Amino acid sequence: MILARKFYSSKMKGLLVLTALFVAVFGKKTFEGDQVLRITAKNEAQIFLLKELSEQEHLGLDFWREPVHESLPVDVYVPFHSLQAVRVFLRYNQIQYNVMIMDVQDLLDDEEREMVKYRTIPRSTDDFVYTAYHDLNSIYSFMDMLVAENSNLVSKIVIGQSYENRPLNVLKFSTGANRPGIWFDTGIHSREWVTQASGIWFAKKIVTDYGRDPVLTDILNNYDIFLEIVTNPDGFAYTHSRDRMWRKTRKPNSGSSCVGVDPNRNWDAGFGGGGSSSNPCTETYRGPSAHSEPEVKAIVDFVKSHGKLKAFVSIHSYSQMLLYPYGYTSTPAKDKAELHELARKAVSELQSLHNTAYTYGSVITTIYQADGITVDWTYEQGIKYSYTFELRDTGRYGFLLPADQIIPTAEETWLALMAIMEHTKNNPY
Amino acid sequence: MASTGDLEPTHYPARRAAQVALHYLNTHHGSPFRVFGLQQVHKASAEDVAAGGRKYKLDFSVTDWGSGSAGPALRCSADVLFPRTERHSAPKVELHCEALQQINSTAQEDDAFYQKYISPDSTVSARDIPDSFGNMSEEMQPFWRLARVAASFIMLRESSENTEFNMAKVASITQQESSEEQLMLEFVVLLHDFPSQEIVQWKLLASWSPDRGVRVLQTEWQPRCPHATKPPN
Repeated sequence: MILARKFYSSKMKGLLVLTALFVAVFGKKTFEGDQVLRITAKNEAQIFLLKELSEQEHLGLDFWREPVHESLPVDVYVPFHSLQAVRVFLRYNQIQYNVMIMDVQDLLDDEEREMVKYRTIPRSTDDFVYTAYHDLNSIYSFMDMLVAENSNLVSKIVIGQSYENRPLNVLKFSTGANRPGIWFDTGIHSREWVTQASGIWFAKKIVTDYGRDPVLTDILNNYDIFLEIVTNPDGFAYTHSRDRMWRKTRKPNSGSSCVGVDPNRNWDAGFGGGGSSSNPCTETYRGPSAHSEPEVKAIVDFVKSHGKLKAFVSIHSYSQMLLYPYGYTSTPAKDKAELHELARKAVSELQSLHNTAYTYGSVITTIYQADGITVDWTYEQGIKYSYTFELRDTGRYGFLLPADQIIPTAEETWLALMAIMEHTKNNPY
Repeated sequence: MASTGDLEPTHYPARRAAQVALHYLNTHHGSPFRVFGLQQVHKASAEDVAAGGRKYKLDFSVTDWGSGSAGPALRCSADVLFPRTERHSAPKVELHCEALQQINSTAQEDDAFYQKYISPDSTVSARDIPDSFGNMSEEMQPFWRLARVAASFIMLRESSENTEFNMAKVASITQQESSEEQLMLEFVVLLHDFPSQEIVQWKLLASWSPDRGVRVLQTEWQPRCPHATKPPN
């Protein structure tokens, strides 16, 4: 903005103030207090004076419109340190002016804010920042972009609405009609942020690898994949706006001042047992009845109407575990041996990438008794390969996992998911 | 649902007892540059004891979070006794870790940190460590570790066979006037209990110096009203 100037002219009159030794600070980082003046010269003499002014290099002036003719405005950028001198000069010579830009830095700040807003709205899923945590709007935009970019492969299904009327969006990856399906959900507990972030990464991974990775391509040529990234959008919005540690839904409970139901205690499998709470003011409150939460009911309805889901994986954090049914009873699942062996294989794949140690086993023996959980219900619906993940870490950061672990977590988890999907495909039932 | 005899080391009964031993270890050996995390339980068993209570015998490994992710594993063995009393009382721990004296000393960092903050002008004050995105500045890391060590006193005291505590976050750190050459820090910490999934808030006053280590002087449980319709203003 600051252009080179000609040498100081000694023929100046009435410029006493301007001979003071100002040091023009070129290349400064802030434009605080700098102004842009619009000067209206009324005759040729004033134009001449303004031309002389423009030759005062030490003032650091930058003429956005040079003094040419009295019929044309003269716009000049004036750095703060020269403002008083320039104003004195203009007043002394009775040259009219007004202030076009009161503070250049303010304007730049506003512009920067706009630019940042614009910059953080990615224009494609290749622009999207996978190494950061995003809010609900960004994630929903991501979904729409992904569908738009891959409309032959991906579509968005709205399976219902949350309590606060947010759409419950599911991405469907499909290469043909009437296929059996595989389901993944992330973010059913809203504070488990690495899960939604991983879900985004999984979505992109699927579209990237279809047609490139033979195993995934084969899977998708035989099965549809359904991915619900923000399974509890009300809770998720709340973790951004109010309470980072919010877990449950946001539905009020009648007769209580406490809000929310644990969506992973609300399923109709062992509902109401000791592995859930009857107190609305607790984190594991089961809700007034099974499937009382619209977020849960929407999935229940989807699963039942689809009728051909063959694998169902519900993803949580933290504690680095891969778990299979049951949570509500210590009676072993009928398919326990197979589920256990597949878990072993999936964990071994996961660990091969970054050496992350995982534990595996049934919910009730490995983590705790939990009643009314998702995968107990899906298993009892006949979806044999029903698993729950608990992603990184083991308690050091817990829910507040640093963003630089999103991609390593998603990458390693994906290997486990691929193992589960491949086994499902190779063992149709 | 209690297990007796040999326990599956990766399952929760053994893990909860090991976590208690870990809290004990941190109260004794934690510092601004050393906090241990549980790496793996190798062997575990439990038995009822005559005086009432259940005693766990554990063989496990820990790593030092202070030394970055490449910290060597330390092998430990512990007896953890959960008393059976009408009102809750703290578990009792006997712990032995190999080579505890041989792990790299943090004396230099401890001293530099101490000198920096013991000055009467120092008034460190911070909130949300780490923030919602898991970010924590370099400067805050020793304070986070101190909070974790101080929180370990509470986590140890509050533990039972039905709890599994971690520190979810440091809500605030406020340096108090130093006393008897000890750094005095008031922390508000959020603890996460795994089985109940509850977030529990505690305010505590702790002192630290390289010589005396961490001591917790006062603790106060603080009610949170997160489940309420309107957050209290």
